[in-house]
Order: sequence, then structure tokens, then C-alpha cells
Amino acid sequence: MTDGLLYETWWWPYVMILVAGWLATDVWRWIGVFASGRLREDSELLIWVRCVATALVAGLISKLILFPQGILGDTPMWLRIAATCAGFAAFFLSRQKVIVGVLAAEAFLIGGWMLLDVL
Amino acid sequence: MTVPKGTAQTNAPEDPPKSDREWFLLGARAAISIPALILTAAFVGFAGLARETGLTLAETLLMTGFIWALPSIVVLTGALSSGMGLIPAAIAVALASVRLMPMTMALMPMVKIPGRTKNWHLLVASHFVAVTAWVFAMRNLPDLPREARLPFFTGFGASVTTFVFCMTGIAYLIVERMPDVVAGALVLLTPVYFLCSLWGAARLNVDKAAMVVGLALGPVFFLYLPGLDLLWTGLIGGTVAYLGMRVLRGGLS
Repeated sequence: MTDGLLYETWWWPYVMILVAGWLATDVWRWIGVFASGRLREDSELLIWVRCVATALVAGLISKLILFPQGILGDTPMWLRIAATCAGFAAFFLSRQKVIVGVLAAEAFLIGGWMLLDVL
Repeated sequence: MTVPKGTAQTNAPEDPPKSDREWFLLGARAAISIPALILTAAFVGFAGLARETGLTLAETLLMTGFIWALPSIVVLTGALSSGMGLIPAAIAVALASVRLMPMTMALMPMVKIPGRTKNWHLLVASHFVAVTAWVFAMRNLPDLPREARLPFFTGFGASVTTFVFCMTGIAYLIVERMPDVVAGALVLLTPVYFLCSLWGAARLNVDKAAMVVGLALGPVFFLYLPGLDLLWTGLIGGTVAYLGMRVLRGGLS
């Protein structure tokens, strides 16, 4: 892709961050300010929009777990999946406390990783 | 979390009314809370992810401050690392952050005093709308007098953002000196945090269905349609979940 060449220039990431990041995000907040009181929050359109957003972020979640970049990619895939499942199970058992889920997944991953290093 | 309740009590009729500045500072103090700490941990995880992805410190901090919505930030991180074009990246980020619109819409009637609140104040405050500050605001602002809400929310949002911004920078600098296991574990923090908080934030069954479909489709599209995989996951996964639940509800006719 030609984008690979564009990426070589030092300022390109900043354009990406400001236009594709800041503008693409804050525009929703601004629309929210002006649309408040004019659009029903529970309309079918917004339910669909929320579904698309949720599915997109969910896709990102499984991508980050299955195909991570950098050092985490060196761990076996089953360990990352198992750690995530352990975290999600702990999240449920703790009556949906995010912090418990995150800590459980991290403990499982670090424990398993160190064990594999020793073996 | 007890601070707003306390301030609501001290604002009994006999107390002199507080200035905007005082409410701002009270909001900033209320930011010292468990949700803010969890969010900080999530951004520390992002710092690890950014480092492993090859982003510079300046890029990492710019994204933290300007975007201030972790899903959008992580989507953009992926876009930057894969050399995605400007337009597809903007669409993916916009799809990930569209939920900020209904959130802002729900918040506005609570903080606005019709005819008195300036629009640009609302626009500035709206930048702090993200899951953590929003959940806090919806739960605590109704206890406050109306004129206190906007400065209180702005104080809360500004101090959480500033604190998280600094911690993200510090974490980015420290990760390098950490053992591999810690650096790798930080990268896993982001998806697990999203998994739990997204499930917790899902209000309807259709949100949960969209989540399950997205989890399944994400890797499929990544392998078979790399590049625009997130867009397809969102559009197809979200639509399938929406239509599926609508058929189950019996409301398609």
C-alpha cells in the first residue's frame, strides 16, 4: 500500500492521531451536545449503532488476545486464552468487578508464563 | 465516591452557595476513586501495548490526551501499526467511539441550565465523556444542585485525565526496564479490561449478543480480510446481532 510510504514521514502519525483519532472521536461528543433533547436514546437506530460499536471492539479484544504484538506473542496461545477465561470467570464470580477479573487474568498469565520458563 | 454525597449535605440551605471554582475543586477531589484507579491501570496497560507496537512516547501521550476513549485509542494503535490509510482508520475509530454520542446526550440535560450554560463550556466538558467519568456522573450528579454539576463534572474529568496522562507517560518510560513477563502481562491487560467492562456496560441482551459475535468474527476477518477487518467485524457482526435479536424479539415484521 502507498500508506507504507506515507508512514515514513515523521508527521504522518500525528496527522493520523489528530484526524483519525481526535476528530473521529470528539465529533460524537460534539454531536451529542447538540443532539441532546432531539434524538431518542433508545431508538432502533442507536441500538444498531451500539451493536456495531460493541462488535467492533469485541473483535479487537479477540485479536489482541489471539494475535498480540511484541513480547506477549511469544507466549503460547492456549495460555493467553486460558488466562482470559480465568479473568472473565473471576469477573463473574466477584459479581462483575472489573478489577478482580483483570487481576485474576494477569496472575494466571504471569504464573503460567513463569512456570513454562522453568520447565 | 462518598465525597459528592458529603458535599450535597454541606450544601444545606444555611451554607453560602459555592462558586464554580469550588465545585471544580470538589469534583477534582472526588476523582480520587476506585474507578479512576482501574482506568489508570487500563492506560498503564495501553502504555505497554503502545511500546510493544512501536509507538513513540509523544504519540502515546497525544492519543491519551486528545482521544480520551480507550477503545478508540487501541483501534488507532492497531491502525498505525498496520499502516492503515487515513480514511479507513478514521471510520474504524469513529465506529468504535460512536457510543460516546448517546452517552453525551444522556449527560447534557443533567448539567445544562437552559438559557444560561454556554455551549462552548458544554463542548469542553464533553471531551471528558468516557465510560469512567460518565458512570460516575450519572450516579452522583443528581445529588448536586444544578449549577454545581457542570463545574463538578469538569473538575472530575480534568483531574482524572491529567492523572491518567501522567501515569501513562511514566508507565511508558518504565516498561522498558521491566522484565519481559511484566511487559507482556501489561499488553494482556487491555483486552481483559475491555472484555469485563464491555460486558458490565452492556444494558440489553442485544449488546451482549453483539459482543459474542464480534469476539468470534474478529479473528476470522483478521485472517481472511486483513486491513479492514475491524470495520467488517463491526458492521457485519453488529448487524447480525441486531437483526438476530430483533427476529427473536419477534419485531421484524
